Amino acid sequence: MSIELKNISYIYMKNTPFEHMALQNISLTINPGEFVGIIGHTGSGKSTLVQHLNGLLKPGSGEVFVDEVDLNARGNASKLAKRKVGMVFQYPEHQLFEETIAADIAFGPRSLGCEESEIKQRVCDAMEFVGLDYDTFAERSPFQLSGGQMRRVAIAGVIALKPEYLVLDEPSAGLDPRGREEIFSQIMHLYNKTGIAVIMVSHNMEEVARMATRLIVMNQGQISLDGNPREIFKNGSVSLQAAGVDVPRITALMRYLKGQGLKVDDTVITAEEGVKSILSALGGQGTC
Amino acid sequence: MQEFITVNNLCHDYAGFDGSTVLALDNISLKIAPGEFVAVIGTNGSGKSTLAKHLNALLVPTSGDCMVAGMNTKEDENLWKIRQKVGMVFQNPDNQIVATLVEEDVAFGPENLGLPPSEIRRRVDEALRFVGMEQYRQHGPHLLSGGQKQRVAIAGVLAMRPECLVLDEPTAMLDPLGRDEVLSTVCRLNRAEKITVVYITHFMEEAIAADRVVVMNSGKIMLTGTPAEIFSDVELLKSLGLDVPVAADVAYRLRKAGVSIPKNIITEQELAVALCR
Repeated sequence: MSIELKNISYIYMKNTPFEHMALQNISLTINPGEFVGIIGHTGSGKSTLVQHLNGLLKPGSGEVFVDEVDLNARGNASKLAKRKVGMVFQYPEHQLFEETIAADIAFGPRSLGCEESEIKQRVCDAMEFVGLDYDTFAERSPFQLSGGQMRRVAIAGVIALKPEYLVLDEPSAGLDPRGREEIFSQIMHLYNKTGIAVIMVSHNMEEVARMATRLIVMNQGQISLDGNPREIFKNGSVSLQAAGVDVPRITALMRYLKGQGLKVDDTVITAEEGVKSILSALGGQGTC
Repeated sequence: MQEFITVNNLCHDYAGFDGSTVLALDNISLKIAPGEFVAVIGTNGSGKSTLAKHLNALLVPTSGDCMVAGMNTKEDENLWKIRQKVGMVFQNPDNQIVATLVEEDVAFGPENLGLPPSEIRRRVDEALRFVGMEQYRQHGPHLLSGGQKQRVAIAGVLAMRPECLVLDEPTAMLDPLGRDEVLSTVCRLNRAEKITVVYITHFMEEAIAADRVVVMNSGKIMLTGTPAEIFSDVELLKSLGLDVPVAADVAYRLRKAGVSIPKNIITEQELAVALCR
């Protein structure tokens, strides 16, 4: 039971002067229960990679398996396998279209052919998961909501499909700090409660560092680092820099302080750890 | 000195989903001096973008006034003069680019002013140079990175020779590298070309670059001050649902743990000086 990519390559605009190798020979296995963060600068192939996970893009060469089913084989099995992978695109609120929030969330389960009672149940559950009260919001128009609320409706629409693997492409882009915090805590809650695999593309290093159990760094269509986030931010600074991504701001701050002669731990990835390390470096005297 | 933008008791309301009146801007007063760099922060729905749209008369006040270089945005005959003085850059670069070549896109504005070709050429070259994109003039915009596209969008506005740039979350869709490109371009335009800047952002690290920070909350201006003044009030900002720069956050936590360090620390350098003095 896993998503398995075998030697995937993908070329945009093949056989034209604009031919561009977006993915080069990628092999990757994602297991249930993992929280995978994918980082890399614009154009590194992150979004192209995740669109292979549910068959939206067909690899130029190589194979994609979801729970041992080849996604690009003909037949019903691959269709069912694709449904196990839920995909939340960038700015998913642009895809809302129904008159009411409940109807928008119900669209997916209805397309799956669920019974009406089952659909209602799934809509309720999905709304609860993303923190929208059913009685208050079900009959409202999704277009009267704030940006953060609209995004939650869009995520609920994917959760209602009950995916076994949830892919999120920059779920926090354009949200204010509170909105970011809400979205991330709901994703964490869903992850902890259901144990599904979460694959999240993000530019927000703080969040990736805090949430992911595994970090994949993409650079020029290849995986340049794959491992524990703390290890990567600690030891991978050369590769990270080459890949054009930052370490979390707190990690950068601690490195700077260490460079200035303060004996702090520069491998921390949260503000709490940073403060603790500074306090112990100060030795309780106030300054060094 | 004469203010460049003066907003006086400005209110703006629109009809809500149940027919009730929603006050998007509630009695706003604000003065912006020529050459000033003002950052505006606030949660989604606090009225930042609505305010920005008043600054070049995309919206006009329900009550109160917005004066740009002495002209009232309510008077129709001022409209085009105001829009030439104040240029807008929005969040999504893909929505602002109209042409198939970078230099043609930048030329779109001046062409519409009916300028002679030689003048258009001059302005396009100059604008692309200001944003550091002159080597991409013959490129297709769709093949550029997000940060590059956003710089092309800024160049398109600069080709109109505005005195003021209003940028509404110009970096929200960009990666960290693209964010740096856009912010440093804006800072350079402000310092070297003395262009007045109003910069809306959710990234507190970017707001540090401004001369003054305006904090908005439910349609009102809650606070204005220098970045150091604003970001030292960590508790207030967090209660508004906003963030603070990481150095300010760490300094605040250290103070709470009993370390004696000054209150107005917002940058890594200041924190290092305070801790290692």
